[in-house]
Amino acid sequence: MEPNSRTRRMFLRVALTSVGGALLAGCDALSRTQWFPKLLGAGEHLSSKAHHLATPRKAMAQEFTEADLSPFFRSNGTANPNDATYQALAQNNFVDWRLRVDGRVERPMEFSLAQLRAMPSRTQITRHDCVEGWSAIGKWQGVPLATVLDLVKPAADARYVVFRCADPKDDDGTKYYESIDLEDAYHPQTILAYDLNDRTLPIANGAPLRVRIERQLGYKMAKYIMRIELVDSFAHIGGGKGGYWEDGGYEWYAGI
Amino acid sequence: MARQYLYKRHRLPIRITHWVNVLVLTLVLMSGLQIFNAHPSLYWGKSSYTGAGPILDLHASGGFPWWATIPGQRWLAMGRRWHFFFAWLFVINGVLYLAYSFLSRHVSRDLVPTRSDWRSIGRSIVDHLLLRHPQGEAAKHYNVLQKLAYLALIFVVLPLIVLTGLSMSPWLNSLFSGWVDIFGGRQSARTIHFIAASLIVLFVLIHVFEVIVTGFWNNLRSMITGNYRVSTQTNEGPTDGTQ
Repeated sequence: MEPNSRTRRMFLRVALTSVGGALLAGCDALSRTQWFPKLLGAGEHLSSKAHHLATPRKAMAQEFTEADLSPFFRSNGTANPNDATYQALAQNNFVDWRLRVDGRVERPMEFSLAQLRAMPSRTQITRHDCVEGWSAIGKWQGVPLATVLDLVKPAADARYVVFRCADPKDDDGTKYYESIDLEDAYHPQTILAYDLNDRTLPIANGAPLRVRIERQLGYKMAKYIMRIELVDSFAHIGGGKGGYWEDGGYEWYAGI
Repeated sequence: MARQYLYKRHRLPIRITHWVNVLVLTLVLMSGLQIFNAHPSLYWGKSSYTGAGPILDLHASGGFPWWATIPGQRWLAMGRRWHFFFAWLFVINGVLYLAYSFLSRHVSRDLVPTRSDWRSIGRSIVDHLLLRHPQGEAAKHYNVLQKLAYLALIFVVLPLIVLTGLSMSPWLNSLFSGWVDIFGGRQSARTIHFIAASLIVLFVLIHVFEVIVTGFWNNLRSMITGNYRVSTQTNEGPTDGTQ
C-alpha cells in the first residue's frame, strides 16, 4: 500500500460524486436555458436534412399483412374530445360534420363524410410509431390527401398543411393541431382515414377523420380533424411551432 | 534493479476520441434512459401489440430512477433533443476514430490479435480471473482478451447500436422497404438497442475495473498525456529511481 492511497481514494470518491452531481445539475440547468435546447435543435435539423437526402421523395413506408395486425389498436392522448360541438356531431354519427379545406387555396371547399367515402380511396396496413416508443400495426382506409388538395388547388405560396382538430388540450381551450409540408401532404401514403381495421374509425382513434403520415411519429397524425388549412407559415398559429406537441418542445420533424 | 521509463502508449487522436466518447456516451445513455422511461417496456417483433406480451415490463416501477436520466425528471421532448444531438457527435467521433485507426494501422498493429495471442488465450483468461496482469514491457501492448473486447465493442456493439437506433426512425424505415426486419422488426430493434446499451455499460464497468486494478494513475495519465510508466526488472547497474 502506498502511504497516500487513502488520500487518493478519498479524492477519487469526492471527484466521482462531485463530477456526477455537477453533470446532473449541469444538464438540467442547460435544459432550462434558451440557447442550449436551440443548439441541441441543430441535431434535429441535421437529422431532417440527412433523412431527406438519403431517401427518395416518394419512398414508401413499410406495409404489412393482415397477419401482422395488432389485435387491438390502442388509443393515446385524447380518447374522447371534451367538446360540446364535437359531442353533438358524434351523437348524430357525424352526418352533420363537414371537413372545411381553406386557407391558401384557389377554391375553399367543404366535404361531408359521405362525400369523402365516395372518393377514390387507399387502404394500407402500416405501423404506427409513438414518440413514447411503442408501435401498433393497423389497417387504414381513407382518401389520399393529394386528391383533396387537387380539388381545392393550393395557391402558389402555400407551403404547409395545417390540421385543425376538435379536441381541447388545455384548460384555456387550446385545441390540438398539427402541420406538415407539401412533400408529406402529397405522399401517396398520406391519407385522410375514416376506417380502421375494416370498421368505421372509432372515436378513441380519431373519428370521424384522422390523417396518416406514415413516415413520421404518431403525434403528427392528427385525430378529430375539423378543418384543413393551407398556410405559407405556421408562425402565427398556436405557439408558432407548427403543432400542439411542438409548442411543448417536441420536434416539428418527427421522422425520428 | 527496477528501471522505469515513460512509454508513449496512446497517441493524441486516440486520447481525444476516447474522452469525447466518455462524455458523449454518458449523455446518450442517460438521455436514452429518459426516452426508455416514456414507455418502460420492451417487446419482440414488428409492433408492441402482436398478441404476445412484453419481454420486459418496468411500468410498475416507472422505469429507471430519475437521477440516472437526462433531464432528471420526466421530460421526453428534452431527452430526445439531448439524445439525437449527442448521437450525432457519437457517430462523428466514431468515424474520426475509425478513419484514424485504419490509416495509422492502429487496428492492425494494436487491436488485431497475433498468432501468439490466440495461443495464449487460455492463459490470459486465467490471468484475468486471478487479477494477474502483464507487467513491464508486456504492459505496453494490449493483451488478447483486451483486444477482443475492444474489437467486439468497436466493430459489433457500437455499429449495432447505431443501426438499431436508425432503424427506429419511421422516416428511415422507408429507405428500403422492410430493412428493419433484419433485426426482427422495429420493436425487436428497440430491444436490441437496449441490450447493446447494456453491453456498453457492462464493458465500461469491466474497463474501469481493469483500469483501477492495473494501476489507476498510470493508466489515467497514459490516456491523458499519452505517457505510460514502464517498470522493468533489469540486471543493469543502479539507477536513480526516476525515469
